[in-house]
This record gives sequence, C-alpha cells and structure tokens, in this order.
Amino acid sequence: MTRAWDLDSVATELLACEGERRDREPFTDDWTDLDLDTAYAIQDETLRRRLARGERLVGVKLGLTSRAKQKRMGIDVPLVAWLTDAMVLPAGEPVPQGALIHPRVEPEIVFVMRDRLQGPGVTAVQALAAVDRVHGGAEVIDSRYRDFRFRLPDVVADNASSGAYVTGPVGLDPSGLDLTSEAVLVEVDGAVVDSATGAAVQGNPAEALALAVNDLGRRGHALEAGWVVLTGGMTDAVFAPPGASIACHFTNLGSVHISGGPREDS
Amino acid sequence: MDDAARLRLGAAELLLTAYETKKPVDPLVDLYPGLTLDDSYAIQQVQIEHRLAAGRTLKGHKVGLTSAAMQRQLGVDQPDYGQLLDDMFFLEHMAVPAGTYLQPRIEPEVAFVLKRPLAGPGVTVAEAVAAVDFVLPALEIIDSRIRDWKIGLLDTIADNASSGGVVLGSTPVGVGEVDLRLSGCVLHRNAEIVGTGAGGAVLGSPLSSLVWLANTVGARGVVLEAGHVILPGSITASVAVAPGDTFTAAFAGIGSVTARFAKEETR
Repeated sequence: MTRAWDLDSVATELLACEGERRDREPFTDDWTDLDLDTAYAIQDETLRRRLARGERLVGVKLGLTSRAKQKRMGIDVPLVAWLTDAMVLPAGEPVPQGALIHPRVEPEIVFVMRDRLQGPGVTAVQALAAVDRVHGGAEVIDSRYRDFRFRLPDVVADNASSGAYVTGPVGLDPSGLDLTSEAVLVEVDGAVVDSATGAAVQGNPAEALALAVNDLGRRGHALEAGWVVLTGGMTDAVFAPPGASIACHFTNLGSVHISGGPREDS
Repeated sequence: MDDAARLRLGAAELLLTAYETKKPVDPLVDLYPGLTLDDSYAIQQVQIEHRLAAGRTLKGHKVGLTSAAMQRQLGVDQPDYGQLLDDMFFLEHMAVPAGTYLQPRIEPEVAFVLKRPLAGPGVTVAEAVAAVDFVLPALEIIDSRIRDWKIGLLDTIADNASSGGVVLGSTPVGVGEVDLRLSGCVLHRNAEIVGTGAGGAVLGSPLSSLVWLANTVGARGVVLEAGHVILPGSITASVAVAPGDTFTAAFAGIGSVTARFAKEETR
C-alpha cells in the first residue's frame, strides 16, 4: 500500500511514533523525491507542535558531525535540529527506556551561549567568543526508523534522531581550553569501549557551532543567548539497554554517568 | 632436532626471508596447523636472536592488541608483545626510506622510558610508575610480514607483534605531570585528521600495559631494562601509510611527534 505523504502527515506520524514508542520504515521508501527543504519544514512543524503542547525551546543539536558518518550519508556538512526542555535528562536519571525506541548514547561537547548569534557569516572564532560555558555531556539518541535505517531527508525530518541529553557537572570558560585535544573515554560496564577528542567533531566543536549558527541563519533563525548546543557525537554511539552502565570521562570536563535503568528481569 | 624445534626454525626463516625480499608470506597458521602460543613466541625469539647475532641491540619492547576494537577483531582477550631493536628507530623529520616496509601502518602512542629495571612477575602499577623516567610522544610504524595483514594472534606474535619501527618525539614529560588515561591525542595524516582518542583506549591506561608487559616477560625470565623504550599500545585505530605521507600525533600535555615517509621516486 502506498500512502501519499505530505508535510503535515509526516509530522503527525513522526510524533505519533515517538509517543507510541513505535518504529517504522523511512518515508523516502514511498516519498522518493522528499527534498531537504521539505524535510527541514517537517522538522520545524514538529517543533511547532511540541511548543504548542507546552514544551519550551532550549537549544539545538548537530547531527552527523563525524567525517565517517558524513561519508556514509554522502554529505559534507552536518544537520541541525531542535532541543526542547522535554529532552533534558537530569543527572543521575536512567535512560527513559519507556519513552525511547532503541536508545544509544554518545559523548558530546556541549556549549551554553552567553550572547545571541545571527548567521550566516559567523566564523568559529566569533562563535566561540559568544559561548558562556563548555560542558561535557552525553546524548541519548533515538530514531523513529527501524534499525536506524534512513536517508538524509528522513533523519532531518526526524529532528536528527533526538531523544534526551545529559550535561556534565563541570562548566568551563572555553577560552583557555583546547577543545581539539579535549578527550573522552567511553566505558560500558567498566570496560573501555571507545575514545576520541573534540577534533572528531568537524575538526573542532567550535566549527560545528559556527555551522549550526550559519545553518539556522539560512533558515531564518538566530542562536539565542542561554541556548544549549550539542555539537555532535565524538565517538560512535553505544547501545544503552536496561542494566547497562555507561560512563563518559572527559579530560577537563568531568564525567557523565548514565544508567540503562534496571534490568527487565530484576 | 625434534619436530617442534624444526617447525620453529622453519617458520622463523620464512619470516626472516620476508624481511629481506619484502615479499609477505601466507598466514603461519595455514602453513603450520597445530601452532601454539609457545611456538609463536619461540619463532619470534629465533628471529630476534638471529638479528642480535648480526650486531643489533635490544632497545625495548612494544605491546600490541591493546584496544577493545583490536581484541574484538582478533577474538582475543589479552595483548601480545614484540621486541624493539636499534635499527627500528628513526629520527623525527628524517624521511623513512621508501621500501623499508612491506605494508606499513602507523599508530600514535605515549612511550615510556625506564630509569630502573622492572622485573616481573608481581609488578604493581605503583612500582611501574616509580620505574618510569619520563614519557615521550611516539609514532609506531607497524608492519606485517604476513600477506594482506591476514593475522591471528599466533601469526602476529611469531611476526614480532607486527613491529616495524618507531619515531620518538623530543619532549620528555614526567610520568606524574600528565593524566595518561584521559589525555587526548589527535593523529593527522598530511593535513587531515585521521584519528583521535584518549590514553585510556590502551588497556584502560597505558600504565596497565606496562605492568602487563613486565609481568608477562617476567614470567619468561626477561627483565625490562633501564633506558629501554616501552611502546604500550595505540591510542587510535592504525592508519595505512603511503609513500610521501607525513604523520603528526599531538598529545595534550605531552607535545607532538612527526614521522615522514619518503616518496617512491626518491628511493
């Protein structure tokens, strides 16, 4: 059966999948000429509906900031999506398994903005000068697509696989910090599984920030003072099933711990 | 000479020939079914003794298979070691001649230099720290005398843990002055970032690797000597080397090291 999807029905279906914890095949299987502009319009429509139901806009996240992921998707710039207060995971809270479909965790460099920035034309140095604090963090990504199988317009429409995010306890002035060499060590159940530095994120998380500002500028938005910016996964995402214990240890930005919650059999 | 000794000599000769001819050999496990871990370390030792008899000197050890990814790939749960001889050391910024290696790859590491001997078994992290004089940024050149890097644990051990060479940086830092576990490393090939990681990618900490080495060779009666260089394992996945490449590894708090590879035509 082929359905005639449009902006409105895709937005409705994505939010329904999220609410019902249900995954599905990518829309581009049917809607083969879904383009990026329309995909971003769908993303904006889902935001409008989130705000209409009482959520507050708190910032943006970048997706596909690693060279490896960009090569897989055939793109050379990352994508930008929205963060609301409903996606905030308080420190110490387990992964909300009951609200997410197939959560995975990835460590990120997180900026909190001091000044409003309006793109396009903003450079990495200018963007960094508008940052108030930099934190370590972890994003719990999720996808409304079965097995995370999607094409670029699908993932743009799906708010770049947003789920939840945690910010670490240490907030530093970025001016004295070399973010390219700020490292993270990822442990699952006490065993090291991966590591990376900020250089894995667009060469420098400040470059990712500038890209976000300029992308928002083209879409008619500013990056507002006080907003949070998740700059993208430093390592590949790790699965976060019930019973798992995940730790992200940063060089200067402290540690973030996320529990997968109690095991289903306990 | 019994069958085991004949096997070990034969395998060692195959590998020594591969160094000479630059022609890789088939996996040893295919050529010698029934090969054991003891055979593999013995095959390594035959080659090392052959090279020492030819005038080379032992300058240290390397630990391999230290990352979760490599151990998964080879289906092992522990590292292995090889031995570093004087002719394997290249100076920073001086081009490594083309044709030196068969199928070289590069790995960024923080090298330990010992100020006193470390004799296992039974060495603790505390004793290992006390035995380290300083650390240096390092780029290890790994190479395989086995065709297409089709190695298992037994092949790489017999092949001196896929050792090739090493370039040491020139900025010694005290072992207590840097967080070896959480300090970051960025590897560049030419101007491109090709790998990043934290020291803890090496067995949770490079110091754990040093302790494992001291205790493992100690059980075979070998002491890690003062002045020797210990390469504890790679912080990132290894990257293939092409003629003309320049690699730089920058380590937070430790400094950087550069390795240059000559272009083919300057051979």
